[in-house]
Amino acid sequence: MTGKEDVATIEEELPPGTLPLDAWHRARGARMVVFANYHMPIQYEGIMAEHSWTREHAGLFDVSHMGQLSFSGEGVDEALEQLLPSDIKGLKPFRQRYSMLLDEEGGILDDLMVSRLDGGAFDGADIYMVVNGATKYDDMGWMIEHLPDEVTMNHMDEQALLALQGPEAGDALATLIPETAGLYFMQSGPFTWRGVPLWISRSGYTGEDGFEISIPADNAELLADALAALPQVKPIGLGARDSLRLEAGLPLYGHDLDPRVSAIGADLGFAIQKRRREEGGFFGHARVMKELADGPGSRRVGLRVDGRLPAREGAPIFAGDVMVGEVTSGGFAPTLGAPIAMGWVSLPHSALGTALEVEVRGKRIVATVAPMPFVPHRYRRQKSA
Amino acid sequence: MSRYFTDEHEWIDVEGEIATIGITDYAQEQLGDIVFVELPAEGATFDKGDDAAVVESVKAASDVYAPISGEVVETNGALEDEPALVNSDAEEDGWFFKLRVTDASELEGLMNEAAYKKFVASL
Repeated sequence: MTGKEDVATIEEELPPGTLPLDAWHRARGARMVVFANYHMPIQYEGIMAEHSWTREHAGLFDVSHMGQLSFSGEGVDEALEQLLPSDIKGLKPFRQRYSMLLDEEGGILDDLMVSRLDGGAFDGADIYMVVNGATKYDDMGWMIEHLPDEVTMNHMDEQALLALQGPEAGDALATLIPETAGLYFMQSGPFTWRGVPLWISRSGYTGEDGFEISIPADNAELLADALAALPQVKPIGLGARDSLRLEAGLPLYGHDLDPRVSAIGADLGFAIQKRRREEGGFFGHARVMKELADGPGSRRVGLRVDGRLPAREGAPIFAGDVMVGEVTSGGFAPTLGAPIAMGWVSLPHSALGTALEVEVRGKRIVATVAPMPFVPHRYRRQKSA
Repeated sequence: MSRYFTDEHEWIDVEGEIATIGITDYAQEQLGDIVFVELPAEGATFDKGDDAAVVESVKAASDVYAPISGEVVETNGALEDEPALVNSDAEEDGWFFKLRVTDASELEGLMNEAAYKKFVASL
């Protein structure tokens, strides 16, 4: 097996790749850009229109650049619990969890979704994982290095991944696959559409109800056509995906999260369940416990920016004359009609309601620490009895 | 009145010594939804090529350069309330600012509409 460095080197030498729906996007007039070393659609008719469409109806996103991995073998749960701070042993079949890959010092190597399969899907593998596209080769290298020989990891690069997001996503998908109506937020399962095996989870990256659909790449165009033909559905580019997730307060790896920051500072402690905190046995446990006790040095916060001028990634954040942080994602929130940002701020200045200033082109603008999400999540959660 | 174009996708209407400047329809189309326009202060003076304004789209911030030298005599206040005017009417109501031209010879070498269309088609 190749180590982490070898994989990373190979990745850097490769020219941008094309994804299964490349021609499909171009035929629909998408403007293509290179993202995560793939040609991907940034927009079709325009970011604002696509953003609003997704908030009101249903948007179809091609997220096939993301890494889809499966794991199987003796001791797979124990092995993954060393790499992930989340409860894997307690993850029931068809359930999905948000988690992270942490390094030995507790730095965040990636954030991801992990779910338990049913023993049938993906060649009978036990665990399915979706990781970020830009980090997938590094993730694989890291995991190969740290997983025991008994555990097999498979990169399923023959699978495409589509996301259908928005308040009408449920109705739209149910017209093709009625059984998906039974899924609730963070549940997943195997489905069949026109004889094609699908793995569908009710989750996403917009704050809206919706699904992520893993499908063999050869069938992706067929499904994209069928979905896009529905009256509720339009294809949506990466531009609106970014503004939607920012409004939803969801961090973007490589911007809001990176190996320098910790899970607790990132406000992702919810992904580290009680048993894992108590028992430890995962990379970064010491830092997690220290920061839970003493507080992190700085925190990921939401910011409402006065006026209309967006404060973007890299804008310094000040409390008076002292720089106390930096914007890591920022832009204009179409739903709110105002600029919003996410950034890292030193702990004493991170309380909700704290009035800070961001500097944009030499100008100081008031930015107030605000609760996230900026736009309420509308997930379809199962009511607890 | 004559209209000139630059390869930075600005248009310039010249009437006497006053030049009205905006970005072209092609430019607004490339930028996408515009959410903020930062205009220069009245009285500011620019040399040709100076940063004069900033257009913020949902995606990113882009500089607008002074296509010729001059002093800012008026800015388009309508863009403060409705930056999307640049999307809907880039080459008329979505103008940015007016300059008192200091060196009309700088207009030489700029494109006319036909040349600009050809330039855009070649991109």
